[in-house]
This record gives sequence, C-alpha cells and structure tokens, in this order.
Amino acid sequence: MEFLLAFVVGGLLCVAAQLVLDLSRITPAHVMVLFVSLGAVASGLGLYDPLIRVGGAGAIVPLPAFGHALVQGIIREFGKVGPTGLLTGGLTAVALGLTVAVVSGLLMAVLFNPRG
Amino acid sequence: MATTITRTRRRGRQTISFELTPAVVAAAAVVGPKEGQGPLGDYFDVVKEDDLLGEKSWERAEARMLTEACRLALRKAGHSLKDVDYLVAGDLLNQITSSSFVARELKLPFLGIFGACSTFAEGMAVGSMMIDGGYATSLLVGVSSHHCTAERQFRFPTEFGNQPPPSAQWTVTGAGAVLMAAQGDGPAITMATIGRVTDPGLKDPLNLGAAMAPAAADTILRHFEDTGRTPEDYDLIVTGDLADVGKQITADLLERKGLDVAGRLFDCGSAIYEPSQGVESGASGCGCSAAVFSGYLMQGMLGGRYRRLLLVCTGALFSPTSYQQGESIPGIAHAVALETQDAPG
Amino acid sequence: MVPADRETQDLIRRRTPPRPILLNTVRAFLVGGAICTIGQFFLGFFRGRGLPLTEASAVTAATMIFLGAVLTGLGVYDRIGRRGGMGAFLPITGFANAIVAPAMEFKREGFVLGVGARMFTVAGPVIVYAVLVSVLVGAFLWLLGAIG
Repeated sequence: MEFLLAFVVGGLLCVAAQLVLDLSRITPAHVMVLFVSLGAVASGLGLYDPLIRVGGAGAIVPLPAFGHALVQGIIREFGKVGPTGLLTGGLTAVALGLTVAVVSGLLMAVLFNPRG
Repeated sequence: MATTITRTRRRGRQTISFELTPAVVAAAAVVGPKEGQGPLGDYFDVVKEDDLLGEKSWERAEARMLTEACRLALRKAGHSLKDVDYLVAGDLLNQITSSSFVARELKLPFLGIFGACSTFAEGMAVGSMMIDGGYATSLLVGVSSHHCTAERQFRFPTEFGNQPPPSAQWTVTGAGAVLMAAQGDGPAITMATIGRVTDPGLKDPLNLGAAMAPAAADTILRHFEDTGRTPEDYDLIVTGDLADVGKQITADLLERKGLDVAGRLFDCGSAIYEPSQGVESGASGCGCSAAVFSGYLMQGMLGGRYRRLLLVCTGALFSPTSYQQGESIPGIAHAVALETQDAPG
Repeated sequence: MVPADRETQDLIRRRTPPRPILLNTVRAFLVGGAICTIGQFFLGFFRGRGLPLTEASAVTAATMIFLGAVLTGLGVYDRIGRRGGMGAFLPITGFANAIVAPAMEFKREGFVLGVGARMFTVAGPVIVYAVLVSVLVGAFLWLLGAIG
C-alpha cells in the first residue's frame, strides 16, 4: 500500500509540474525553482508533513521536499539557538544531500565522458 | 576620372546573374552515425562510426569532419591544395572556430563567414562572385555543424534529460564541402539571391523552423520576381533546414502569395532523418544542407535526375545571449541556382 | 528587418504543433511515480534500520541523488528525461542530473572553470531560491510567533 501511495503522490506532483511546464512555456529550470519554493511555503503552512505521512517517498523524493527540509531545519535550529537558526538551520538540514550531489557530480565527471 | 558602370550582373532587387558561371567541380559530405542511419545514408561519402571521431572534444571532431570533406572534394576532382585560391567556410560555433581551425590546417587564404544555417548558400554565393569577378579561379566552400557542439552552446549539456517539444529540431553532425572553379565539369551556379533578415517575432529556440520560414518564403518569392522564372523552371526548390513544421509554413506562405510549388519543395531537414530516429520536427544545423547537397543532391545532378535546382539555405540568427535576453529570433535565407550543362536555357 | 504581418504570425501559430499535453502528463505520472516508488524502497530500508523519519528522509534523498548521478554518468538519464519530462526532473534524481550533466559536459574546459563553475548552472538557481524562500518563511513564522 505504501508503495502505491508513493507512486500516486509522487506521480501527481510530477503531473502538476508537467502541466505548469507545458501550459506556461517556462523552462524546466524555472519549474524546478517554482516547485522548490512552493515546497518551502507549504512546509511553513504546515501542509507538507501531512503529505509525507500519506505519500512517504512520493513526497520526499520530489524537489518540493528540498524546500520543506530547509524550512524544517530552520524551525528546528531556531528552537535550539534562537534567531541565528534562521540563517544556519536550512543548509544544515540539507547538507547531506548537497554534499552527495557535489561529490558524486565530481566523481562522475572524472569517471565518465558525455556520450552525446 | 570617374568610371561609369556600363553593365551589371544584378537582376531585380536582390538577385545576381553570373556571367562566368562557376562550376561545382566536386562535392563531398562527411557525416556522423545518426545521419548515416537515415534515409540518405548511402549518399554520403563518409559516415563516421561515432560522434567523437576519436578526438578529445566534439569541437575537434567537427573541425576534422570539415577538413576531411574539403580534402575529399579536392581528391574527387583530382586537384590539390595548391590549385585552390581560397577557403570560404563557416559553422555555428562562437567565432566560427571550427572553420578557422580547418583553415589553419589547410593553410589556404581564408574568408570566414557566418549566416547560421544559411552559411552554405552564402558561401556558394560569395564564392561565385569571387570567381565571376575574376578574383579567384578555384575555391573551396565548406560548412559544418555537430549535434553535440551545438547542443552545449545553444541549449543544454548533452546528458541533460531535456524533453523536446514536437517543433524541436536535431542538429546535424556533418560537414559538406564543394570545390568551385571558373572552368570545369559539373553543375554551374548561374544565379544567387541574397536574402533579407525577416523576423516573425518568435522567441522559442525550440521552434526554429517557424522562425526561418518567412525568410525562406521571402527569398524564394524575391528570386522568382527578380528573374522572371517560375517554379516549373526548377526540378526542385531545396530548402536548408526548415524541417516538417517550417516546411509546411513556407509552403503555406508561398501559396498565399500565389506561388505554386506543389511537389517541388524539398527540405534537407525533413529528408535527412527518419521520423523513427527521435528528431521531432526534423534536422537543423548548417551541416544539414551542406551534407545533403554535397551527398544526395549533387549525385542527383551528376546522374541527370535533376537538371536545375534552387538551393535555399535558411538560418536562424540568434545566440544564447539574445534569446535569454528576450530578443526574438530573426531568420535569413540565401538562394543559389544550380544547373547542369544540358539544362534548358 | 522585415516585420511579419498578422496573417503570417497567425499562420505560424496554427502550424506549430501543440505539445502533447495528455501524453506528457501520463508519462510524467508514470516516470515520476516509478522513481518515487524506488525511493520508497530506500525509505523503508532506512526506517527499518531504526532511523527517525527526518533522518531517513535525508538519507533517502541523498541515495536518490547518488542514483541519479550514476544514471547520468552512464548516459541513461537523458533518455529517461526525454520521455519522462518533469516526471524525471521534479524528483531529486533530476536535480542530480542537472548537476552531473554539465559537470561531465564541461570537463574539457578544465576542472575549475569547466566542471566546478558549470556544475550549478541549473541546480544553482534551485538552491539560491530555496534558501531565500525558506529564510523568508522562517522569518514570517518568527514574526507570527509560530516558532521560537
């Protein structure tokens, strides 16, 4: 059941993004920026955690979760260290993903050449 | 003392009619594997096994294809580099480095030209003027494009998972070169119509055929108006790389102006790939018209299938900077008329 | 310049094929759903090893990023993206593709000004605006007295 929910929730988020792409004619990069921002806003409104409870990875894997992770990190750090947490909490929460992205990006560039 | 011009080769507003009609003595086409697998694959002189040609960059691979096309055209004609007065060449890369690097290797006096994908016809027109004017007896015109060099410059890195819309075109990996001479056997270049820049106001770099179609129609109409010829005078009216979408728009625009080209319109960009090759609307790139002419059409002329062609190469005059700044994409088209020696006068 | 008349512009609009929205939507659903289902396997695995949801989510995201990076390196992800559209881009694997594809492509311009500088051509804006919006959201919540 949780796999089905992950498929449906993740798939629907992608459908929303595809419709924005096809109907507005902005670039994929613009859609990614839009959705990551929407994820942060939804997180602040307390809407994203319920979505994760329903969809599991269907809500965790798509990009809005990146915005959500930043906001939740800020809230967490704010609770611990006060207003400084506003500036440190976000990137701390996504440090793992970003570091993996940078390191694996470099690694792939070393290992592989583009095929065209 | 002031000289008066007593005679002119100009006809009408934009067309030149050559007196000493230069002959296309030989032509050679070198293409990549995808082009080789297409419906015209058998007509190209050389089909490479991979896009990189064993070089260390796509850019080097592109320059090498163009070098090979130039050398092969010479070899076919039995000429050597020292018989050639100039290299007139162009490509799509910033500062046309592919062409410059070819010129560096061939050590020929070099005129670099840029007309985006109209460059091949532009080169043949300029070359014809040089020969007819007596400034050259023999010259090479070479043009190249490469899918991967164009993608990374104009669009996205090649491994980027972008989804192209149905109007998108696939840049041809290929080079074409023609050896033109004041004397010799081969189809003659009798006329050239130099195009005007036409801008329908489109801003989508994934719909270039539509951006170029008004320019193609404008040049074709201008050619017939200037020369008094009709489409029936040509076996084919060949456009460069409008692809399916742009070809249809061009046909519609011509029909609206009352010019019936039914069955005579042939687009290199629609012809070079099969629809099953995943190229959406068709092909683009200045190597498209260069390779299709130098391979397929030239053989058609030598074999007697075509006696008269109007080659109209179309170009989209934009850069990544211009479209990111929201500028529209202007188009241009240049036409050259090619005739075999036995064409009706 | 020769400006195009109204009729020409209408003709171009009519003759430009529309994007196959329904087909694209179905593909985005299937590809995006499939990628998230793979993510669910990892999430279940990390949860099963006793990680709390937040940590398990972060590790799942990181795993998917690595997976997207490897598939880009192997030259597979561009083909997934060609068909999947946003179904391939919206998942974090697409974010990885956006980082790895230019990193590979611009290797020939060197590791500093090529790989290093170009890696974030698409991913950079995502990070920039995600940071901006999250700080704004945090500040709002603070002003509203919802956190602190």
